[in-house]
This record gives sequence, C-alpha cells and structure tokens, in this order.
Amino acid sequence: MNELFTLGVLIGIAHSGVRLATPYLFAALGEMFGQRSGVLNLGVDGIMLMGAFAGFYTVFNTGNLWLGVAAALGVGALMGLLMAVVSVTMQAEQGISGIGLYLFGMGMSSLLFKMLIGSVESVSGFRAVAIPVLSRIPVIGEVFFDQNILTYLAFLMVPLSWFVLNKTTFGLKIRAVGQNPEAADSLGVSVNRVRYATTILGSAMAGLAGASMSIGLLNVFQENMTNGLGFIAVALVYFGGWRPYGILGGALLFSTVSAFQLWIQVLGLPIASDIAVMLPYVLTIVALAVAVRQIQQPAALTKPYERGE
Amino acid sequence: MKKRLWLIGLTIVLAMALAACAAPAADAPADDNAAADTEAAGSEDATAEPFRVAIVMPSTITDLAWSQSMYDGLVAVQSEMGGEGAMEIAYSENMFNVADAAAAIRDYAADGYDLVMAHGTQYGNSMFEVATDFPETSFAWGTAIDTGADEGYENVFAYEANAQEGGYVNGVIAAMINQSGVIGVVGPVEAGDAKLYIDGFVAGVKATNPDIDVNISYTGNFGDTALAAEAANTHIKAGADVLTGSAQQVVGAVGVAKEAGVPWLGTQSAQTSLAPDLVIANQLYDWTGTINDMISKINAGELGGTAYVLTLADGGLVVEFNDGYATPDDVKAAAEEAVQGIIDGSITVEME
Repeated sequence: MNELFTLGVLIGIAHSGVRLATPYLFAALGEMFGQRSGVLNLGVDGIMLMGAFAGFYTVFNTGNLWLGVAAALGVGALMGLLMAVVSVTMQAEQGISGIGLYLFGMGMSSLLFKMLIGSVESVSGFRAVAIPVLSRIPVIGEVFFDQNILTYLAFLMVPLSWFVLNKTTFGLKIRAVGQNPEAADSLGVSVNRVRYATTILGSAMAGLAGASMSIGLLNVFQENMTNGLGFIAVALVYFGGWRPYGILGGALLFSTVSAFQLWIQVLGLPIASDIAVMLPYVLTIVALAVAVRQIQQPAALTKPYERGE
Repeated sequence: MKKRLWLIGLTIVLAMALAACAAPAADAPADDNAAADTEAAGSEDATAEPFRVAIVMPSTITDLAWSQSMYDGLVAVQSEMGGEGAMEIAYSENMFNVADAAAAIRDYAADGYDLVMAHGTQYGNSMFEVATDFPETSFAWGTAIDTGADEGYENVFAYEANAQEGGYVNGVIAAMINQSGVIGVVGPVEAGDAKLYIDGFVAGVKATNPDIDVNISYTGNFGDTALAAEAANTHIKAGADVLTGSAQQVVGAVGVAKEAGVPWLGTQSAQTSLAPDLVIANQLYDWTGTINDMISKINAGELGGTAYVLTLADGGLVVEFNDGYATPDDVKAAAEEAVQGIIDGSITVEME
C-alpha cells in the first residue's frame, strides 16, 4: 500500500485526474447553462460524438487544430439549434427529444465516419504545453500547468461560467427564465430567446467536449468513442448543484478516482480489477448521498414555456 | 403563429438537409443508425442463389479488434467466392445489449440466412433459443467451444481463438525490446479472449526475462477509449517502455503510445495504421479458414457440430511484424522460435 502514497504516484494521479476532467467540464458546464434556463438536454453524448467527429475530420483533412475546434463548436451549435427548435419552440417532452438527439448524433457520427474516413486513423492533436514559470512550481506546476491547451480552456471555463451566470445581465436572464419564466416574461425578457441561446451555447460546448477527446486527449476518432461520457456530464450538473464550482468539484472527484483506480491496478495492489473500476461510480454516489443539498433544481427545469395570453 | 410556421419550415429544411446527407448511405457499403443497425450488402442480379451470411457483433466492423477481424475474414471469403453475387454479408453492429442481439439473430434466421453468426460470448443463450426454433438454419457462436451437441443441437458451430499463443509471442517480443524493466498492459474486462491474450503475454514475458514487471490494468469496459488512453499514460508514468492491450478501446491507448513514442504490440486486428512507426507486431486473427470450412460443410448439408480453434499451427493466428518499425533481427528470431515452439509443442503456454 505504501508505494501508492509516494509523491510521484500522487502527482501522477492528480495529473491524470485533471486531464480526464477536460471533456466532463466542457460538457457539464454547457449543460448547466441550458438547465439553469429550464432546458434539460439529454442529447449531450450524441452532440459530443458529432463534435468529436467534426473536429477530427477537419484536422484529418486540413491539419489545422483551431479549425477543428471551430468545426466542433459549429456542429455542436447546429445540434443545439435542432434541440431548441424541437424542445423550446415545438415544446416536445425534453427527456424524449434529448434521447432522440443522442441517438441521432451517435448514428450520424458513425455514418459520416464510415462514409468519409472508413477506418480508425490518428491525427496529430493538441500537445501538452508547459506554461513558463508556473509549470516549475513543485507539485502544482506538474499537475496543472503541463497540460494541453483545451484542458487549460476547460478549467478557465469554470470561473468564466460563474461570472457569466452570476455577474452579467445575460446570466440574470438565464436564472430568471429557469426559475420563474412568467415573471421574466412580464419584465420583457424573451423566455424562448434565452433558452435558444443557452441550448445552443451548451451544445457548442458539448461539441468542444467531443473535440477535446478526438483532437486533444486521444487523437483518434472511433464510433461511439464517448462511451456514455455525456450522460455522466448530465449527472455532474445535478451533482454540482447547478453551480460551476460544484461541477468542477464533481468532475475532479470522478476523474481523480478514475485515475486513482488505474494506479491501484498498475501497481498491482491486491484489489480485484472489478472492484477497482467500480470505485469512481461508488464514490460519486456516496458523495451525492452525503452531500448537503442547499440548492434546489431550477424550478422551470423540463417545463416548456407557453405564454398565457 | 407566423413565427411557428416559419420554424416548422426551418425544421423541414433541416430534415431535408439531413436526408440529403444520409442519402448516399444507400450506396455505401456500410450504414448505421443509432444503437442497432442492419445493412445487407448483396446484389440480387446474380444467376445462382448467393450464400447468405449474417453476423451480429458487439462493436463495429471498423473497431480494429474483435469484430473487425471477423468482418474482414467474411469480406475476404466473399471476394474469393466471386463477390456479392456469390456471397451476401449482412451485419448488425453495436449490439452490446443482448436483448437487441437476440432480436437481430431471430430476424436473420427468419429472413432465411444460411448462416447466422453470434459474434460474442454473451449471445450464447439467446442464440441457442433461436437455433431451437430454426433447425434448418446454421448458427455459429464465438468465443465459445460449445456447439450444443450434448443438448442435441446439430445446427450450431462454435469458434474461438487461442489468443494466448500470439500473446506469448508478443510477450517474448516485448521482453526483448524492453529496457526499463516494466511493461504495461491495457486490458478491457478480465474475461474471455482478452484474458487469454493477457495471460499468454505475461507467460511470454516471464519465460524470456522473469525479472520484468508486467503491470496490468483493466478499464472494466470494451469501449472506454478515454480511460484506456489514461491507462496507457499511467503505465508510461509507471515506467513502462513497451505497451500492449486488447479490445476496441485500445485505439485510445495506441494514440497515447504514439504521442509518447512508446512501442506497441497489437492483437485481434492490425493496429499498425494508428502508429505506423511504433507498432512492432500484431497478432492477427485470420478467420477465413473457419468461414470457408463452415460454408462447405453447410453446402454439404452439415449444419453444425464443429468447434473451431484458431491456432498458430493451423495458420488462423499469425504474428505479423510491421516493416515501419525497425525490429532487431534477434528479436524476430526469438519470436519465430517461440512460434515454432508453440506449433511443435515444445512450448506450452502456461495459463493461470
């Protein structure tokens, strides 16, 4: 057991945890915006797959990583527009339309992959960039400041999301629309316009989450490569109490325990692999059960808004 | 109301755009929709009735692993037999849900396919149920050695690969390339084909150099590409300078190995394309012999009863070096020696 608690291993776990948190952060923060305005989008995983493919395919053909990021954001936004049309304007049941969007994204990304690429290929994606000075800080530098650019961006999104949500007019509108759409409407806020904006923004971020895998962490595209990661991101929004820092905590807990269990196995500690792989899920459930819930979910979550005219 | 009309219009346009995107799929060799998909790649203008094969698989025909190995085998046999007019291949991918797989197996049997393949250990019970109802249809089940002959089934073939044999050879290669004293294995689930391969791999390493540590991690999943990548990172941090792994998730791990410049040993299908400079060798599953034999037995009226095992001896397993990686000659010689030893029986792969 002692070999697990050496500095090198602990740094390794933390470094992996930070890296693994990247797609969860993008996807969950994006989903948070939608949910705070009252739209539950269960299609995150499908949007991530579309974003992962769009990003990968663009880089595969052009070699330009930022063009890949733009493509992932654009495709994500289009998927969000589709979700918004169906669930905000058409007022379809959000749970159902989200699952529909997930299946669509998964099938479409597989289809496009087979038509346009056909076999698993790799690209040269974002590499780890050590930030000067900061990366020299012992321990912390190694853990946080020797990552790829998308990982930095994902962590920067946390304070940024907090700021947008709590300190801007747009954030105020989002919270108002998600809490009490009638009141917001009576004050002249267009409920549907705000929901369109958050759904599209959230989906663009889900697209980026996918790209952070296909051109950042893994540098390959494979059918269904997210493997349900988007659903965990949706769960993290609940786990984090619809707050950016809560989501950060949840994402880091889950990803760090995932990294921890890998080390348990790599070091050959006498714990069955089946038990080890369960750890992240079990700990997340335990943390969810014992955490004191201070924030209720947005009152208008999953409820389409119909103007009572 | 006007606004709503406009949006409905927009939706229709979107739907049409999507349909336009999807349209070429009808001509493409592969189609996909969501969790389940069924696509027949055959032509009906042939004069003779084509032999019709259907396969239900847990991942995809492009997984660079278990499912692709069989699909590539089927396609190879198809072109040997004279193309789509002589043999028709239908497949259902992503059948990780056994209930869906059971439905697909039944549909194919009802649709009159000559041979229905259940390409996953987990499909066994469902397949035997369908095999009871369609005694005139031939079924094949892998990874398995049970043809159900004891329970009176006469229409079931079974197949598996002795993955531990190539695993042993890969282990010998890894041990000779290794300098750090640590080798990493990215495993999926501690069972079936993957466990055979990994046990064989460890045996090969230990037989060559008992002092090398082989670190093994399992992701608990066949498709968790992200976790497999992180597992590879972890192995490298723990000092591994050669990596291997199994199942479709390893594409994530190969990507990491490539970035880090760590050599990789593949299994199931050729994984060279992902890291042309760093894949040393692949253990390949060549199912064409198995498929050909099943087809000729079925054509002769024998619908089942044979259990096939791919081995190095029968050529079903091949360890193929990648020319893009400069493998030293003594390593190649040692690998060849291991292959010969396993074939002539002087090496027996000790399993846990």
